[in-house]
Amino acid sequence: MDLTSLTIKQAHEGLKNKDFTSVDLTKAYLDKIKKEDKDINAYLSVTEKLAIKQAEEADRRIASGNFTELTGIPCSIKDAIMVEGEKCTSASKILENYVAPYDATVIKRLKEVGAVILGKTNLDEFAMGGSGENSAFGVTKNPHDKTRVAGGSSSGPAAAVAADMACYSLGSDTGGSIRLPSSFCGVVGLKPTYGSVSRYGLIAFGSSLDQIGPIAKTVEDAKIVFKVLSGKDEMDATSVDYKFKDAKVDIKGLKIGVPKEYFVKGIDPEVEKIVRDAIKKAKDGGAEIVEISLPSVEFALACYYIIAPSEASANLARFDGIKYGLSEPAENLLDVYLKTKGQGFGDEVKRRIMIGTYTLSSGYYDAYYKKAQLVRQFIKEDFAKAFEKVDLIFTPVSPVPAIKIGENTDDPLAMYLMDIYTVSLNLAGLPGISIPVGKIGELPVGLQIIGNHFQENKILSVAEEMEKLVK
Amino acid sequence: MISKEEVKHIAKLARLELKDSEVEKMQKDLSEILEYFDLLKKAPKMKESSLNFKDIQTITRIDEIKEKDSSMADKLVAQAPDKKDSSIKVKSIL
Repeated sequence: MDLTSLTIKQAHEGLKNKDFTSVDLTKAYLDKIKKEDKDINAYLSVTEKLAIKQAEEADRRIASGNFTELTGIPCSIKDAIMVEGEKCTSASKILENYVAPYDATVIKRLKEVGAVILGKTNLDEFAMGGSGENSAFGVTKNPHDKTRVAGGSSSGPAAAVAADMACYSLGSDTGGSIRLPSSFCGVVGLKPTYGSVSRYGLIAFGSSLDQIGPIAKTVEDAKIVFKVLSGKDEMDATSVDYKFKDAKVDIKGLKIGVPKEYFVKGIDPEVEKIVRDAIKKAKDGGAEIVEISLPSVEFALACYYIIAPSEASANLARFDGIKYGLSEPAENLLDVYLKTKGQGFGDEVKRRIMIGTYTLSSGYYDAYYKKAQLVRQFIKEDFAKAFEKVDLIFTPVSPVPAIKIGENTDDPLAMYLMDIYTVSLNLAGLPGISIPVGKIGELPVGLQIIGNHFQENKILSVAEEMEKLVK
Repeated sequence: MISKEEVKHIAKLARLELKDSEVEKMQKDLSEILEYFDLLKKAPKMKESSLNFKDIQTITRIDEIKEKDSSMADKLVAQAPDKKDSSIKVKSIL
């Protein structure tokens, strides 16, 4: 039996039935990473010692009968989420040697249920990018076609799951960073409602947008992980008192909105066909398909690329060469700041700090930042109106399948356009999932299912149905 | 198109050192991106009162001292590039 190809559910059954131990499972993954990750570059660091220790502990728990579905199951963690005592680089030179002094709340929760952490996975530097190419430590290749990107910013977490180098991963999503790489790699990625998962211990990018979520092989697995991650945390004042309640939503009679603005110029015709075929299957399954209009969608990308960089420019001011991370020696304090940031940050991070500083600066604040906040409100109201008419919304995740490595690196705006279908959810705080629904040649294509706030249960239930319908 | 001087001014505000070649590239990239933002002018006018943040609550907690292991402080200070004993060293500002 190939242990690394199992889902969480299957691996859990195997552990329960004593077919294998967590140490067996963990070693199988570690071997696979050693052999195959040099061609993929999903991992920035492998936490072998920690993993073996956790696996041994998990086996003791399993023997004692006190265990849950995630006990002893190996996972990878996006390297923007802190695991105590392990490096946390956010794929930036500025944090190349940074060691996390404490656990993120999501890590604490995983540790409590006996999870096994295999290592820290690659991303676009500070989670800024849609392709994974902005990592200071090299691009993650797409396991389905190694000449192409894995998608970003959670490039390593998605590729690790797709290549059977982790049973599941934790990613983070600020404008599509869980859903886009999940779509490109053919795995399931859930971006939860803003506030449902604690952000404590996640290196901040855009604090009003960031959300941690699971990337897994199946919808059921994503649900198992989300249940453990979600819930209020006193260390994150934006987290909400929320308890996930399983729901069984029948696709028959369900009203599914399909916004016409998601199928306009710019979408790859083959992506459109696959997504429309999936929608057709929902219809055949008894759902009522309603064409809706979301006029705000046209403005979402511009709105996002003002708000996210504005917040990033404030969040990244902390990397000043004084408290932690890289420090470039200089005569006076100002030069330490200038040189440390100049040397430590990559091109895209610098670009976003510059955009954000510009849009927040005196004289431009009203025209850009304030305008964007008003448009953000328009987007929220637009989606709220849509959810008065429909239960869920189905859209593509990205207008294109995984792009070639280097295809857009000289054209930042073309790169930003890949986020056009995902950013609205972050601006409105809504949950969404990407599930694989087809392939163009070897390249997977995802369907995005969007729900109203805190309706992860509805999304997950329908996504599970869709998983069966598109098989 | 924004000017090189503007790019340098913004970089100064951001405390970011840019090489000459970076200033040039940034001028081109930022101009293109800012031009794209002009799209927002077409968005429907929203009243400022719509930003009433009524769904946002103030979250408070009791202001109390919680004992923590001193090893946490040591771990935090240990991350600093320049330190003396248990303090972080900063260059003089005056």
